Amino acid sequence: MRGWFDLSPTLLAALGGIFGLLVAASLVIWALRRAHPEKDYTELVLRTKSWWVMAAIFTAALLVNRVTALVFLGIVSFLALKEYLSIIPTRRADRRVLFFLYLAIPIQYYWVSIGWYGMFIIFVPVYMLLFLPLPMLVIGQTQGFLRAVGTLHWGLMVTVFSLSHAAYALMLPAAPNAIGAWRDPHTGAALMIYLVVLTQLNDVAQFVWGKLLGRRKIIPAISPNKTWEGFLGGVLTTTALSAALGPWLTPIDLKNAAILGALLGVAGFVGDVTVSALKRDLGLKDTSHFLPGHGGVLDRVDSLTYTAPLFLHYVRYFCY
Amino acid sequence: MRWLRLLFFLLIVRPAVLFLLGLFVRREDLLPKRGPAIVVANHNSHLDTLVLLSLFPLRLLPNVRPVAAADYFSGDDTTLGWIATHLIGIIPIRRRGTALENKRDDPLRPAGEALARGDILIIYPEGTRGEPEKLAKFKNGVAYLAERFPEVPVTPVFLCGLGKAWPKGERWPVPLLCEVFVDPPLRWCGDRAAFVAELEARVAAMAKLGDFPGWDHEPSAADEKRALDKEEGEQGGGEAGRNR
Repeated sequence: MRGWFDLSPTLLAALGGIFGLLVAASLVIWALRRAHPEKDYTELVLRTKSWWVMAAIFTAALLVNRVTALVFLGIVSFLALKEYLSIIPTRRADRRVLFFLYLAIPIQYYWVSIGWYGMFIIFVPVYMLLFLPLPMLVIGQTQGFLRAVGTLHWGLMVTVFSLSHAAYALMLPAAPNAIGAWRDPHTGAALMIYLVVLTQLNDVAQFVWGKLLGRRKIIPAISPNKTWEGFLGGVLTTTALSAALGPWLTPIDLKNAAILGALLGVAGFVGDVTVSALKRDLGLKDTSHFLPGHGGVLDRVDSLTYTAPLFLHYVRYFCY
Repeated sequence: MRWLRLLFFLLIVRPAVLFLLGLFVRREDLLPKRGPAIVVANHNSHLDTLVLLSLFPLRLLPNVRPVAAADYFSGDDTTLGWIATHLIGIIPIRRRGTALENKRDDPLRPAGEALARGDILIIYPEGTRGEPEKLAKFKNGVAYLAERFPEVPVTPVFLCGLGKAWPKGERWPVPLLCEVFVDPPLRWCGDRAAFVAELEARVAAMAKLGDFPGWDHEPSAADEKRALDKEEGEQGGGEAGRNR
């Protein structure tokens, strides 16, 4: 089992980089508060504090070994699914179905942990799709059946199936067609860090560019604060970062790293807006209050639900 | 037993409430910090008591006592009774019209004794868990207690979502988020009916703030409020349209 002591120096440097960024962000906020004591930075401070906690837990889970990293991502799926099921309307008759949804999490992450790609990729989209109506049929309440089966499966796809792709990135080195540097056991952790860090930095970059230059609204009906300037600035920043980070941290070459950066930037934006549309439909501002300053877990991983599957499949098809 | 109860809450109840349910408490600082005090909450689930007890610091836990029906919870001979008596620490009340009723005695006497000792009582004036995520009419036992202890603050609390996580009549709970609202404490106002009506109004007002929808095809207070807001919004929009 891989321990912290045999992580590659590059990986340790990348993890160190995350904390370097957090130190820089904390210093900037400290300076902003000194320069403008009259302004209210509470939300920004809370947000940065939550980032520290998330980065610490993420790093700790990765440093111990692969199993703890998978368990950590499974817990993220659980928290996101719990939020989703709490905020959507459900039928009382479907309480038992909710059990099966939760049960799908350990099963899905088990397929990931044994590296069984075929099962990992069809379990939720096919087997859970076919299975979920069964307990509903036994209960026999047809009123609201379509809505229930549709909303429950969509939630499972987003919070469990999509997010488990980030976990599968950890298992890629074990794939039978992996060659050269791709077989290096450190590559999995590197790919996961690359995916998660770029996705989260893309969120931050879109936010910062939007605050600095934002003028033209991009999608006012769903997210009135999102602008073209924020979106494009974010995508460009992420593309540049990806081109710089990819070839250094992972075996992905410069061309693919640049394409992946643009892909992650656009996909992250779409994921973010999709969860915003969900919240708007339900009349909520945040999916919960689990992460002070951020909202819920689903608010934090919304972009990852889109970037993780696209990243994994891009890497599998084009980079090997 | 006291240690067993503390360990039960520290190692089982609190982690489960935080991880499996997930709590968000609004205005937690309004909860009583010392006894004697009364906390009044809506009641939809066995989880209500576990969540409310988790809101208090461990050092207060020995003094926080949920008031519960003796005919349902007490007695060492059933598992539920043993858990309720020794781990949850209930104060059993012999309800009128049940086999345990003692006609010569005041049913609220044990609750009064606990207040006199300086305990924090948890009371569900609805009397039963009732329909999930719906408020039932408050009974006035709490007003009798407040009348006898006019200096004791009565803090209204609203619990949202637990009636979905574990409603009456279901064998197992499912993990769902829970929201807790706390209102500033009330004092005895001199009239039982007015006191109960005020408590009911406070809890009903907090129920409108809840984020979670009720069961589909069974609208909750939050849904009704949302429908009302929508109607008002549409009316407002209509007027603005006319002005233009």
